[in-house]
Amino acid sequence: MSATLNASSLLAVPLAPLAGSVLAGIFGTRFGGNWIGRRLSHSLTILGVLVSFILSAMTLRDVLAGARFNETLYTWMVVGGLKMEVGFMVDSLTAMMMCVVTFVSLMVHLYTIGYMEEDEGYNRFFAYISLFTFSMLMLVMSNNLLQLFFGWEAVGLVSYLLIGFWYNKPTAIFANMKAFLVNRVGDFGFILGIGLIAAYAGTLNYTEIFAKADELGGLAFPGMDWQLITVVCICLFIGAMGKSAQFPLHVWLPDSMEGPTPISALIHAATMVTAGIFMVARMSPLFELSDTALNFILVIGSITALFMGFMGIIQNDIKRVVAYSTLSQLGYMTVALGVSAYSVAVFHLMTHAFFKALLFLGAGSVIMGMHHNQDIRWMGGVRKYMPITWVTSLLGSLALIGTPLFSGFYSKDSIIEAVHFSQLPAAGFASFAVLAGVFVTAFYSFRMYFLVFHGKERYDQNPDAHHDDHHDHAHHGGEKPHESPWVVTVPLILLAIPSVVIGYMTIGPMLHGDFFKDVIFVDASKHPVMQQLGDIFHGPVAMAVHGLSTAPFWLALAGVVVAWYMYLINPAVPAFFAKTLRPLIVILENKYFMDWINENILARGARLLGTGLWKGGDHTLIDGLVVNGSWKVVGWLSSVVRWFQSGYLYHYALVMILGILSLMTYFVWMAK
Amino acid sequence: MGLLSLAIWTPIAFGIILLALGRDEQAGAVRWLALVGALVSFLVTLPLYAGFQLGNAEMQFVEKLTWIERFNVNYHLGVDGISFWFVLLTAFMTVIVVIAGWEVITTKVNQYMAAFLILSGLMIGVFAALDGILFYVFFEATLIPMYLIIGIWGGPNKIYAAFKFFLYTLLGSLLTLIALVYLYTVSGGSFDILSWHKLPLAGHVQTLLFFAFFAAFAVKVPMWPVHTWLPDVHVEAPTGGSAVLAAIMLKLGAYGFLRFSMPIAPDAAREWGMLMIVLSLVAVIYVGLVAMVQQDMKKLVAYSSVAHMGFVTLGFFIFNPLGVSGGLVQMIAHGFVSGAMFLSIGVLYDRVHSRDISSYGGVVSTMPKFTAFALLFAMANCGLPGTAGFVGEWMVILGAVQFNFWVGLLAATALIFGAAYTLWMFKRVYLGPVANNDVRELGDINGREFLMLALLAAAVLYMGIHPKPFTDVMDASVARLLEHVAVSKLPQ
Repeated sequence: MSATLNASSLLAVPLAPLAGSVLAGIFGTRFGGNWIGRRLSHSLTILGVLVSFILSAMTLRDVLAGARFNETLYTWMVVGGLKMEVGFMVDSLTAMMMCVVTFVSLMVHLYTIGYMEEDEGYNRFFAYISLFTFSMLMLVMSNNLLQLFFGWEAVGLVSYLLIGFWYNKPTAIFANMKAFLVNRVGDFGFILGIGLIAAYAGTLNYTEIFAKADELGGLAFPGMDWQLITVVCICLFIGAMGKSAQFPLHVWLPDSMEGPTPISALIHAATMVTAGIFMVARMSPLFELSDTALNFILVIGSITALFMGFMGIIQNDIKRVVAYSTLSQLGYMTVALGVSAYSVAVFHLMTHAFFKALLFLGAGSVIMGMHHNQDIRWMGGVRKYMPITWVTSLLGSLALIGTPLFSGFYSKDSIIEAVHFSQLPAAGFASFAVLAGVFVTAFYSFRMYFLVFHGKERYDQNPDAHHDDHHDHAHHGGEKPHESPWVVTVPLILLAIPSVVIGYMTIGPMLHGDFFKDVIFVDASKHPVMQQLGDIFHGPVAMAVHGLSTAPFWLALAGVVVAWYMYLINPAVPAFFAKTLRPLIVILENKYFMDWINENILARGARLLGTGLWKGGDHTLIDGLVVNGSWKVVGWLSSVVRWFQSGYLYHYALVMILGILSLMTYFVWMAK
Repeated sequence: MGLLSLAIWTPIAFGIILLALGRDEQAGAVRWLALVGALVSFLVTLPLYAGFQLGNAEMQFVEKLTWIERFNVNYHLGVDGISFWFVLLTAFMTVIVVIAGWEVITTKVNQYMAAFLILSGLMIGVFAALDGILFYVFFEATLIPMYLIIGIWGGPNKIYAAFKFFLYTLLGSLLTLIALVYLYTVSGGSFDILSWHKLPLAGHVQTLLFFAFFAAFAVKVPMWPVHTWLPDVHVEAPTGGSAVLAAIMLKLGAYGFLRFSMPIAPDAAREWGMLMIVLSLVAVIYVGLVAMVQQDMKKLVAYSSVAHMGFVTLGFFIFNPLGVSGGLVQMIAHGFVSGAMFLSIGVLYDRVHSRDISSYGGVVSTMPKFTAFALLFAMANCGLPGTAGFVGEWMVILGAVQFNFWVGLLAATALIFGAAYTLWMFKRVYLGPVANNDVRELGDINGREFLMLALLAAAVLYMGIHPKPFTDVMDASVARLLEHVAVSKLPQ
């Protein structure tokens, strides 16, 4: 008997964390008068997420046994024949995402108990991350574009709240506004894409849209020499660019590191930022129809993969290194989408979720151990003091750089191979970008690794030890680090396990088996990449062995060795490069001047334009000229007319006489 | 007495009683009486919802009495799906403003409360009137209480503002009066609005009528470029006045387009539709940019209102169900959200006596409860899903894309501008380190303020999560209107 899924247990998956969030958010904060304490807040929210995780795991089990679910549960509204609903579509893609989201979320909830221990916003934080879990689940479980958009914006809201969690910190509240606004630029494209689908397919339901995909593919964009589907896909992808931080809408992600570290792991690495990737994979039947859109995606992804990687090299803030690494890895996923290897993108999304969450939480553990110093220049030798953090971070880094047998190897190598097979015009550039990116990734990852965990201890050299983060910590500059409590290390260990093994275990079914059959659609006649990838796949072990003899492995190794030489053996080398490559470093330090352009040209331009329209348009033209002008004209007219009613009898008498005279003249002369 | 008459005259009767009885010595009793009056007036509108027949495009709850027989003027009332919600919205907002003015207004309390109650009845009258003259009387009569509210309880420059408000809106409506009289003549002596809908009219006549109506309604909405009265008036108006002005009075204009301009002159409406779309888009973009640089919170929200109302008129003139219903939904949503925004500013103003954004900063540290509400309303103002602000924007953008992609594209910029001006203000006022001693000494909202904001928050969330009751009511009438507008009325 095949397994079945029922609506109520599926509904419980998102609602359990929502309930925890509402309870902790209303009764555990100053809003509701702090009725419930810390212990109850974290217990309730963790319980919610745990329930959600268990149900997700059961859902995945049922889905593997062949169960599917696609039903509308609630009608939001129906207007003009367009149904807007809330419903779930649970298939392998959804079930996998549910498990990843709830698992990482559970780990992060646990970790937060340790990380946020001293923070007065403890309960509020739990309320937010549970709310996030709810929103993200609604997003991935949706069976229609409306609910997807709901989840999309809701995760954006929670991201806004969490980046600005320390609301007294000016950099944090700037960063959260920036994140929201940049995401809004993406949403602007996204809503237009949805609008076009609604207009031409007449529905927002995935299944119904896909049924009409071919029909959509044949339409032309009115008034232009474009394919409609290309416009649709590019619009949708602009949404993905915002959420998944693709160049040039990536600018918000590095700044989002202003938020507490647990959310960097959960939201800005493992889940929310991958929503764009998920959405494109979900919409594969549409994207398959437009090579133009795919090329566009490929180019954007390649730029992000390579150029954001460069940025990782020069960062000294431990979280920012990981943040740029996330950007670069999101670029890799986007590249995979561009070459129609959607399942590979999703596969990388999954492996990345584990190892990047691990790296972020590891970084957070180091930050705690280092008494809230985040600058890797003043770390070193931490492995002695924080063995669990050290080992797990090493595993995470190895996974990230694509060491054979580690999870990242299977996903990243598959992306590189897929690009290699692609026939799209942009594939040449992409191929270069992803290969070069391997070296860069290995270099910055191990630069950070060596600076933090190996080498001399430099804790006492920090010139501004009383630096960053929120806590009113006493001066801790020279103190030795200490290992974090079990609530922090246990999640690290639990995340390290999938970071190592998940790729090996799942590459077979996910990429080359039936796991995504009927879920992800690839037009094999036009884009045979997955077939070709399947042809050279002979099991995970063979792939790992073969991997040892390919370019990516040697590039990664080279990256590690160079980092080792430069930062552990001969520190004069980085200093030398810093001097000789100064112009290049200036460009990187200024983030390719993207922030400068955004702040000084776009933001300032908009404000100048606004002021100009206000002062020049509203005040001078409309109010000054038209409104006040018209009453001035009335005033002037009345001042003229007033002259006629002076109140002097002799004036009136004169006018009367003149009038009579002229009338008489008229009649005498004209009447003749 | 019919339900609609009850809805109109109950608040007016309470208002008159307040005027007759109240003195400032008994301010406490006056407030309670006003609250009872507002609540009763709201309660008498609820049977309307219970009795409203969904799917019926006809006028419901019709009442018709002869008023001035000589000119065939009738006391003719009725609501359809287009006007229905505004009756309830008006009564609801009146309850809110009575609560809002509770301890803030200390002089001439009875007159203040009476003005709002009478205004409430008059505005319901506008939405329910089916006779041209009755409509006009209500429409113009609303100016008087609002004029007094601004002129008596307003800020330092209140006289200028009151006059600007009165003259701006009165001038516009004079042309409408001419249009009404003209229609009376050509229809053979009838002021029945519904029969005017069926009247065949030549093209140039329709154009003249369209612009005559436009003069009154565009000023009221307000549409660009006749919007400049709104920021000035909001700045001087007392909090309650701003809330009612934004929440309901602006809707009188938008409603006029649907009740008069479009059905009476459908050919002209279609011919000049593109002009209206352009003006609406200018409102969305130009005014959005202007809103961004405001230093005064009330002006910012006033400009934001103009931009949001741009969505309403845009929705109307793209002539599809999503657009027209979306415009209507946006009107209701904007009623809740802008009302809430102005009341929130009032909460701060009552404490610090400044509307300047620069006088604040870090309010969240001293007023966490209040900030939670303010955040919700800010998010609703930038159209976040799950709040009322999203529903109308979403529908209008979808409708606009359906109409023309480029129109949709320009409309969707509101997503960016709306978020930019709202969140920038939110950041500067509520977030960050505590800016000064005024903010340091702020006390959080009291029970009364909590109740008022919680009621609005509930409305904002309810409409965002469950908008179906709203659109279900509108559906049939909107469909009927669109069918009607699609058919030419030019004489054959």
